[in-house]
Amino acid sequence: MTAPSHEVLRDIHRRMVRIRLFEEAAGRIFEAGRMPGFIHLYVGQEAVAAGVCAALRDDDQVSSTHRGHGHLVAKGGDLSRMMAELMGKATGYCGGKGGSMHVCDLDLNMLGANGIVGGGVPIAVGAGFANKYRANGAVSVAFFGDGATNIGAFHEAANMAAALELPVLFVCENNEYAEFTPRDQTMAIDDVVERAAAYGMPGTKVDGMDAVAVFEATAAAADRARQGGGPSFVECKTYRYYNHHGVQTLGMKYRSDDEVKEWRDRDPVPRHEDLMVSVGAMTPDRIAAVRDEIAAEVEAAIEFAEQSPMPDPADLLADVYSGPADQRQPLPPA
Amino acid sequence: MTELTCLKAFNDGLRQMMDADDDIFVVGEDVGRKGGVFGSFTGLIDEFGERRMVDTPISEQAIVGLGIGAAVSGLRPVVDLMFMDFVLVAMDQLANQAAKLKYMFGGSARLPVTITTNGGAGLSAAAQHSQSLEAMLCHVPGLKVVMPSTPYDMKGLLVSCLRDDNPTVLVKNKRMFGVKGEVPSELYEVPIGEARIARQGADVTVVAYSRMASESLAAADELAAEGIDCEVIDLRSVQPIDIDTVVESARRTNRIVVVHEAVRFAGLGAEIAAQVSEHAFDYLDAPVARVAAPFAPVPFSPALEACYVPDASRIAAQIRATLDRGQRPSG
Ligand SMILES: Cc1ncc(C[n+]2csc(CCOP(=O)(O)OP(=O)(O)O)c2C)c(N)n1
Ligand SMILES: [Mg+2]
Repeated sequence: MTAPSHEVLRDIHRRMVRIRLFEEAAGRIFEAGRMPGFIHLYVGQEAVAAGVCAALRDDDQVSSTHRGHGHLVAKGGDLSRMMAELMGKATGYCGGKGGSMHVCDLDLNMLGANGIVGGGVPIAVGAGFANKYRANGAVSVAFFGDGATNIGAFHEAANMAAALELPVLFVCENNEYAEFTPRDQTMAIDDVVERAAAYGMPGTKVDGMDAVAVFEATAAAADRARQGGGPSFVECKTYRYYNHHGVQTLGMKYRSDDEVKEWRDRDPVPRHEDLMVSVGAMTPDRIAAVRDEIAAEVEAAIEFAEQSPMPDPADLLADVYSGPADQRQPLPPA
Repeated sequence: MTELTCLKAFNDGLRQMMDADDDIFVVGEDVGRKGGVFGSFTGLIDEFGERRMVDTPISEQAIVGLGIGAAVSGLRPVVDLMFMDFVLVAMDQLANQAAKLKYMFGGSARLPVTITTNGGAGLSAAAQHSQSLEAMLCHVPGLKVVMPSTPYDMKGLLVSCLRDDNPTVLVKNKRMFGVKGEVPSELYEVPIGEARIARQGADVTVVAYSRMASESLAAADELAAEGIDCEVIDLRSVQPIDIDTVVESARRTNRIVVVHEAVRFAGLGAEIAAQVSEHAFDYLDAPVARVAAPFAPVPFSPALEACYVPDASRIAAQIRATLDRGQRPSG
């Protein structure tokens, strides 16, 4: 396989830094108590969303998880509308109705974060079905965690995609934990990718802290799918830096400091930046300039979100159905 | 008697029951080392070990199924589903299997399995982590469903569920864990299917359960200052419901307002209204009114969620409207 072009390297970088800075900011705002509900941060896993989405076409769909901000940013999501949604504002992606766990942008073919573990996997299979049906050459990606591969929906979807030879990429973000439970306590296999064999689909395991490796594996799987070769499985070994939800780990300590440090030492963002400098894709100055530019974009997003109004209670019942809602009321008293 | 929170009352009751009966074990996601996402099972792993506090993969169907299989094999499982919304992921095992096995098998199976879960909105947890789905469960013959609102009932109903030979579902409300009340230190039962008159009154009967029972009591306090005397019935069990207590009260006060957090359409309120009209029609001075969530998923934004979940002021407004027959009930 030929190495990705400098342009691709820069593209991947921009996607990663947008995720990183957005998520760090969201985490700060959340910890300061200025964001309702709960958020699952993507920090540490940027190479996966960025590497995958850089290898996709704009018309390729992705379905996502409870840890979905990174997938939307990597698909080109608007940071202002995302931040506004996380704060429950009317200007957010979902008008304040969805929040962190349901951010989506159907125009960008990002089919939504999802509050139900495994819930998005069959949806990606449906998108893949539509692509094959229309013979449009697009592929769909299901992002899901290691923990999600223990739920029935994943297995049914994987089998279905293989049986119907659908152009679907199953991208597992294996961060070794499901909430507070280590992966090896919930499955008796060493690598999640072993599951692919059960459904007769090819699987590869890549370093999920290496965006280029993720990009290359995705490009190969997508090529195969576009040519009618059916689904594949890509396991990305990665790590989330922060707690399952929010930033700080409160209560039970379920990961050692050493383990967290070990992974953080392999941070995908500086690693990718070093690579770009070494191959001459970007100078350190230019990298700093990109980071500044994105930091300003994030600041503007926060400003936008904070200035935005809360949703109008009159909209509470809007959008339960498409088309006019049935507002039938009983007859007034005789 | 000691003062405990709902959370601690649950934890204590379970600890005592497990202590007394080795057939009881707990199975679910993060119930062991973590002690449950809301802390319901804190410390139980230290006492009972991994044999009896079983952490599972994220596999709700298999978790409930495991409980069913272990129950027909003679154990008394406690199956925990982190959020009530995930009941839907396991609905086949619950509704097609657990609820029906005994009947389909001509009575030969016993299913002493207790499902515990956490329901309710108000935490900006959005549409897939905030639901009140009890009406769906109540609709299935074979299940029993309890939804306590006080620490006393939490412990007593838990004990009754664990001693029951049928599949039972105990729903805790996520915003009630910190609510305190007196709890006996010994084991005791609150019978499933027995309501509690939480406040006696003469003017109107408010029927509620779970957190809405507390909100209804708050509404009753507010109205007492206006000279309105509310009776508040805390159903405690929603399957079966104690319709006798409701009907008896309706015949005395002649007015009924039903309150729940679940959506209004085809909710428990509809069932209660129907039964009250069957058994107390001639006593009613006003139509049975319902205060419930509107027909929409639970919204994320606090600005919308605050309009979605019923509260004391909305309950009070409905009670005033029900007492003033000229005014149409709303909401
Ligand atoms: C059906 C269902 N069960 C349980 C949960 C609660 N829950 C949310 S995230 C999570 C862990 C998911 O682990 P994994 O798939 O590895 O994703 P990660 O959080 O590690 O990104 C759990 C158990 C849920 N949201 N949906
Ligand atoms: Mg994981």
